[in-house]
Amino acid sequence: METQQCINIIETMVPCLVRSGTDPGLAQFLSIIIGVLIVTLMPLVLVILFIWLERKIAARVQDRIGPNRVGPFGLLQNVADAVKLIIKEDITPAGADRLIYNAAPVIAILSVILVWGVIPYSPIHIGADLSIGVVYVVAIGSVGTLAIMMAGWSSNNKYALLGAFRAVAALISYEIPMILALLIPVMIAGTMSMQGIVEAQQGMWFIVSAPIAALIFYISNLAETGRAPFDLVEAESELVAGYNIEYSGMKFGLFMASEFLHSFTANLLFAVIFLGGWSGPFVAQLPLLGFVWLMAKTLVPYIFTLVLRATIPRVRIDQMMAFNWKFLVPIAIVNVLITALVLKIVQTVGLSPSPENATDFVANLPQGLILFATNLFMAFIVLNMLRNQGRRERMADQARMLRTVEQDKQIVPSAAH
Amino acid sequence: MLELNAQTIVFFVFSLLTLGGALGVVTNRNLIHGAIYLIISLFGGAGLFVLLSAPFLAAVQVLVYIGAIAILIIFAVMLTRSMTQLREVFNGQWWASALVGVLLFTLLIGGVILPVWGNSGTNPNLPVSDLVATTQDLGVALVDGNQYVLPFEVASMLLTAAMIGAIVIAREDD
Repeated sequence: METQQCINIIETMVPCLVRSGTDPGLAQFLSIIIGVLIVTLMPLVLVILFIWLERKIAARVQDRIGPNRVGPFGLLQNVADAVKLIIKEDITPAGADRLIYNAAPVIAILSVILVWGVIPYSPIHIGADLSIGVVYVVAIGSVGTLAIMMAGWSSNNKYALLGAFRAVAALISYEIPMILALLIPVMIAGTMSMQGIVEAQQGMWFIVSAPIAALIFYISNLAETGRAPFDLVEAESELVAGYNIEYSGMKFGLFMASEFLHSFTANLLFAVIFLGGWSGPFVAQLPLLGFVWLMAKTLVPYIFTLVLRATIPRVRIDQMMAFNWKFLVPIAIVNVLITALVLKIVQTVGLSPSPENATDFVANLPQGLILFATNLFMAFIVLNMLRNQGRRERMADQARMLRTVEQDKQIVPSAAH
Repeated sequence: MLELNAQTIVFFVFSLLTLGGALGVVTNRNLIHGAIYLIISLFGGAGLFVLLSAPFLAAVQVLVYIGAIAILIIFAVMLTRSMTQLREVFNGQWWASALVGVLLFTLLIGGVILPVWGNSGTNPNLPVSDLVATTQDLGVALVDGNQYVLPFEVASMLLTAAMIGAIVIAREDD
């Protein structure tokens, strides 16, 4: 009974409160409120550290030191910045649509924080293990587009509107390969619950079984979160600042926080869905260790994102859209078709792990290796097609140049007569 | 009959969002505000789906209707900025839309109250938990030969055809 009661701190609180004389309904309500507060406030506190990390890494890439004055290693610099943002004057432009203008930053940060509710931090710590976790994540992410749209329109500023247009066009487009890439872990795990997906990776991480899907997911996440090379939403040199240009004070701060947090959340999802989430050594004995593993796994793609941001130039909007529609979407569709077929064959032949030894590495090996080989084969074909297409384009260019030279030769003698 | 518990309160909140949002859509002269009200209304609908223990439908409602359709509506409206300050509430076709609206409403009310299409299959005496189908049931029903495989395939064909059509239109001729 003792172990039954201690599922986690919040569940344990209810019997304690009831025993000390609280109404059971109220105790349940209080414990839920506390759980919600913890899940919501954690990302808001963590984001201060992410911004520090991002500034430090960007500074190192650009041969600077970065924040180093406030607190040890400049760790408190962003706390100071947050205080500065809070006490700044809050300006609303004259032509702005007040209600929408004020609601936009709230929706922006909401759309990111709500995702944290379904992230499994450890085998027993999860806000809500929805049976439709993956669809929930995608649905909540699409609400973020709405916030950018509202901010861009209500500011009554042409740069803000242009930034919002770009954002929406990009976000809606890159949602398609992202969803198609997410289908593959769902197919392999056989569930859409986030906890279920992590548990299905105990034997084999999905980055091994589905590297192409992982890559597509990572790239479309870069675009979804507006990270370089896809940071057209706020191309400083073209749009001043993008959709949030008119915002000041803490409203601007909320947009910035949601942006930094969104990038980290996307990599957190990557770690949960492809890198095995909380799974790691000694998690069974000490479940809280799962949180440490999860954060460590998240930092790998996250730091890679930060380095990418500091080193890669921005693409043009037409390049960005062409890359999505002509390259990522077709590959994602073919990837889903082939993986589904191969997975079904593997399962029918009986090479996939049975439910009893699903956490066993060796039992997962045949299925993982077959899927990995399929992915390698697909990558090989795609690279070959790209090479051929590149050669064709170069040849066409050369032919065009030769034709113009020939025409010039014909024109020149006749002119000399 | 109507017990006032948390579920009822949440039901009324979401109903209010749905109906109030819908009212806002038709009475508002600013098209962007109308689109925002539409989103509120759709969000209320998603909440009702959650109350009906259909989380998948709720998530799809948010993803497809709010995340894609409503955004595209706003996108189209924003590209035509002069349309955001309309003076008239009605246009010349108000009687036609009123007729269609009243007809549809009567049909729905009739269908809910009278057993026009036979017994709807719900037994009010059964506890809700026995009726609840999982997302897996939904997926199986969509590809089961005895259930909805034909409508599912027809819809898929339609969407694929639309996508290919869009690509053909957008493609440059060279």
